[in-house]
Amino acid sequence: MHLEGNVVCLGADIDTDVIIAGRYLRTKDRQVWVEHVFEDLDPSLGARLRGSVLVAGRNFGCGSSREQAAVALKEAGLIAVIAPSFSRIFFRNAINVGLPVVEGECHCASGDHVVIDLDEGVVICGGARTPVRPLSARMQEILRAGGLVPLWRSKKQ
Amino acid sequence: MSTLSERILGAAAGDYVDAEVDRAYVHDGTGVLTLEAWKEMGCPGPAHPERLYILFDHIVPANNSTTATLQKELREFARSRGIHFSDIGGGVCHQIMGEGEVLPGEIVVGADSHSCTLGAFGAFATGVGATDMAAVWASGTTWFRVPETIAVRLSGSFNSAVEAKDLALTVVSKLGMDGASYRALEYIGEGTKSLSMEGRLTMTNLATEAGAKTGLFYADDVTRAYLLQFGHRVENQVPEPCTYACEVRIDLGDLVPVVAPPPRVDSARPVASLEGLPLDQVFVGTCTNGRFEDLQRFASIVRDKKVIVRTIVIPSSAGVLRKAADTGVLSTIVASGCTIGTPGCGPCLGAHMGVIGEGEVCLSTANRNFTNRMGIGGSVYLASVATAAASALKGVLTVPEVNHAP
Ligand code: SF4
Repeated sequence: MHLEGNVVCLGADIDTDVIIAGRYLRTKDRQVWVEHVFEDLDPSLGARLRGSVLVAGRNFGCGSSREQAAVALKEAGLIAVIAPSFSRIFFRNAINVGLPVVEGECHCASGDHVVIDLDEGVVICGGARTPVRPLSARMQEILRAGGLVPLWRSKKQ
Repeated sequence: MSTLSERILGAAAGDYVDAEVDRAYVHDGTGVLTLEAWKEMGCPGPAHPERLYILFDHIVPANNSTTATLQKELREFARSRGIHFSDIGGGVCHQIMGEGEVLPGEIVVGADSHSCTLGAFGAFATGVGATDMAAVWASGTTWFRVPETIAVRLSGSFNSAVEAKDLALTVVSKLGMDGASYRALEYIGEGTKSLSMEGRLTMTNLATEAGAKTGLFYADDVTRAYLLQFGHRVENQVPEPCTYACEVRIDLGDLVPVVAPPPRVDSARPVASLEGLPLDQVFVGTCTNGRFEDLQRFASIVRDKKVIVRTIVIPSSAGVLRKAADTGVLSTIVASGCTIGTPGCGPCLGAHMGVIGEGEVCLSTANRNFTNRMGIGGSVYLASVATAAASALKGVLTVPEVNHAP
């Protein structure tokens, strides 16, 4: 899998309350989550996610298990998240909803162009190639299908 | 020679396993998305409805018609499929699962990050997201990467006024918010013996705040006696020599009452260092500290006195509420001027029943103090029940003086 986009940098310990606040969870309308994504951190951030790659600090997605956090990022058009580490529930959720998450250190600045090669396990930014942790075969299969639900559906046919 | 997680999952740390799930639960929040994903997967009935639980706790009773309609669908689904169901007022999902549902050695998943709480029974219990849970509904199984384990070795016993919550916050501050990422915490050593089942549940509840996949206690005499109340006869789990990723040692006698200021849970510092901080609200409850032992300790401190700041007390389950009513604990708390809420999560997640206003400070016995968690522009400080009680009486953050445990 080959992904690319412009970098938006964030700090460490970005929790799921900050990605989508608890007050927006009582709905099935994904557009509501897209409209309010990162609202408490920076209300202008949501509009900059389309076509972007988030490059965050350690422990991205910590806190609540709310899958709406991963869904909000995916539906907002985010290409992928790169971080040195993720909270484990967020990591699984992201894969399950078809949002690529890449574990690794990537030294780049907001606005840089980044290329992610998931098969090779490498991130390329400003000419620098950084190896990242490869995803398991099962996770790659889920991502290629676009998420766990489409994968289940395709297996049933 | 295995850690408890390795023993239960039947594989070595680092291995991937496909496991049969013994119990799987969702609440009114995560249940909605789980049901959506499950419907989209297009499977016939749930594989093992008798292993599934739908437990309403997050917004109970419903706060508006959108919530009520979402809950209606989930309620009807649970009833029509023979899934265990607990309606509004039953209590917080983790507490209900801890009232004789989960047994030692089981594999348990909950669609909530604090599902690690059930590890207190010597089960492998962890949180999953809604889509993962939908796959569990469909197949009865899920996959895990067997975690490495960090040992938290406890010695000694608590000094007066210190309780399990102070220990739990201290462990999180020692490890850091991601210090146990992808790993399990095992609480071992002589010090575990003096921890009640309720105190252990408080400990494992906060495991996820250090990023841990779960927190576990070996089932022992305390576990056995607790589960016997619910009619279960279980065996002790005897620890074997095993390899830990690292070990944290804590002498319970060294601990002092602590408070975790916002916005991080790993920020614990002595209550004494912030004593006098003005409070707008005190909240006692949640899956961390809303159990009978907690309410009893709170009552013993506020007995025959009045709280001078608005104070909300929410029993974590209907069973806790009933016991508090039967023992007079409830009337003591009401007489002191506290407000009692419906068993459930209450204002913990900032949705209703005690949300705080801009600039307000709430001292809470819960487990999260993230920005805006309990209301936009408000601040949440985390502390023990004894600290909450002493502070409610003074209206400012106050060091609890003596151990009022009965
Ligand atoms: S009481 Fe709070 S932390 Fe516990 S399950 Fe409910 S919302 Fe989550």
